[in-house]
Amino acid sequence: MNFQLTKEQEFVRKMVREFATNEVEPLAADIDKEHRFPMETVEKMAKYGMMGIPFPTEYGGAGGDEVSYAICVEELARVCASTAVIVSAHTSLCCWPIYAYGTEEQKQKYLPELLAGKKIGAFGLTEPNAGTDAGGQQTRAIKDGDKWVLNGSKVFITNGGYASTFVVMAMTDKKKGTHGGISAFIVEKGDEGFSIGKTEEKMGIHASSTTELIFQNCVIPEDRLLGEVGDGFKVALSTLDGGRIGIASQALGIAQGAFDVTVDYMKARKQFGKKLSQMEALQFEMASLKTQIEAARLLVYRAAFFEDQHADYGEASAMAKLYAAETAMKVTTKCVQFHGGYGYTADYPVERMMRDAKITEIYEGTSEVQKIVIAARTFGK
Amino acid sequence: MAFKIIVCAKQVPDTNVIKINPKTGTLIREGVPSILNHDDDNALEEALKIKDEYPDTHITVITMGPPQANDLLFECIAKGADEGILVSDRAVGGSDTWATSNTLEAAVRKVGDFDLLWAGRQAIDGDTAQVGPQLAEKLGVPQVTYVQEFKMDKDMHTITVKRQMEDGYELIKIQTPCMLTAIKELNEPRYMSMSGIFGKKEMKTWNAADIEVDLNKVGLEASPTNVFRSFTPAPKGKGVVIEGDTEKEIADNLLVNLKDKQAI
Repeated sequence: MNFQLTKEQEFVRKMVREFATNEVEPLAADIDKEHRFPMETVEKMAKYGMMGIPFPTEYGGAGGDEVSYAICVEELARVCASTAVIVSAHTSLCCWPIYAYGTEEQKQKYLPELLAGKKIGAFGLTEPNAGTDAGGQQTRAIKDGDKWVLNGSKVFITNGGYASTFVVMAMTDKKKGTHGGISAFIVEKGDEGFSIGKTEEKMGIHASSTTELIFQNCVIPEDRLLGEVGDGFKVALSTLDGGRIGIASQALGIAQGAFDVTVDYMKARKQFGKKLSQMEALQFEMASLKTQIEAARLLVYRAAFFEDQHADYGEASAMAKLYAAETAMKVTTKCVQFHGGYGYTADYPVERMMRDAKITEIYEGTSEVQKIVIAARTFGK
Repeated sequence: MAFKIIVCAKQVPDTNVIKINPKTGTLIREGVPSILNHDDDNALEEALKIKDEYPDTHITVITMGPPQANDLLFECIAKGADEGILVSDRAVGGSDTWATSNTLEAAVRKVGDFDLLWAGRQAIDGDTAQVGPQLAEKLGVPQVTYVQEFKMDKDMHTITVKRQMEDGYELIKIQTPCMLTAIKELNEPRYMSMSGIFGKKEMKTWNAADIEVDLNKVGLEASPTNVFRSFTPAPKGKGVVIEGDTEKEIADNLLVNLKDKQAI
């Protein structure tokens, strides 16, 4: 066992913390209020290589590892969960499946611009009637000569309004069903018959763009098929295994951020003639939260480490996401409580953090789905 | 031929975090994170901006310190420097500015010819601002300190700098090779990049024998400086905020205030 970060991982934390403090935190409250996607921050993150951390340099990546990527998302989420999920969805849900399942031509065509952050990526799996039941896809793709024609729609797509490259699942053979009947495709912004629908108004992560994708006789060339015909469900599930590490990192960062600002608040706030930080009942609560955050961190880094080691990380990432998301919700709820009335106002960041935390229990597999994954490993399917 | 820049940088305790032992008046260094000295970061940034414009530029960072100063070289290379050299030896420990500049002089001579030598104005732990100028003197190159603006002609030989003064600035033209010291107004240092963090690092450690420095000129024993006393300056008194609804009212209130204090 070795619980030490590598030199590179330590410097990733140092760099992203500085970046987040100077470039991200000052915008966090405003972009939340304005529901504004922080394009200027994406451009800066791109410049510093944060949009392609865990990919080899031959495709324009930074040549880093999953643990470093997890640390990056965590540190961004510590001050702004919306900014963190832009990186997470882009990296785990779009760049990764293209890297893992793409042909050499597809990798050469898409990865350099994505990893350089010149283009933003997104992932389309969820549909109005196929959320947790991802197999119930109604979007169809039909082969027509040397083209594919897509029809249907996707909802709740992170980065939807700003992405240029989309990895999209569609049913290619309904008779075969979930396993073998779904295929993955790369769709580009501007493709004939492809448009962005409604932008969702959400409880939290206001600065993240969440949209509908609409395919109306969307025609794409046959070389946009990602993986083999019928591999879609496998592509989607393995993509989500990694994506969950990103969301778990986001949840971890939200929890740490809320905890840190609450420690500062408790050191300054006086009631009954003494500081909140001097009250033992509150100290004990904070000690307990700190322990849970650290436990979440170990689960998150462990899952990322397994991925780096090319070990099976499906269950580890489900556990990391389940626990980190629940920790984020619990910590932020408590931190609002410790701020009292101020914590319920937008004048203090914990209000935003609590709204942002909730989504981590829902997207990229709800907490219940994580339990299904873990239970299946325990009792068999 | 590549344009050669040497940047001298120092790892210092983060003064935002540091505490002073009130009894002894010395810095409590335990548990205090070390950082790249701010002015040195500005010096490196200006070197990197030259490299951005002229990619054939080669930047060597030299630092003197204990083995953990390798972290500083890591950071400088992750920002874009080509190479880092740590001069580390028990023999140079405890050096004052004179002994330090002797050590750095030997290290710079071992690196070889350069076009530009950059350093920060001063380090936040000692605040002497002496090492840069001493180094230039010992190397026999012209120097400009307190550089707040830098421009180099296309001939890569003629440099025009603005030198900050208390009440204005001097505009100075200087030829390479020369030494310049940077202040924070010079630029906004960049962050490390991810590819820099994960990329290959050219880092070397040299000891006193490697740089062939005269051991009688380095280290604590050879340092002519004696620290008489160190102390924390008394905190400045609280300022007064003069308020008012209009500019005129604020000015009136200020006037009243100054008259009260018999300042006018």
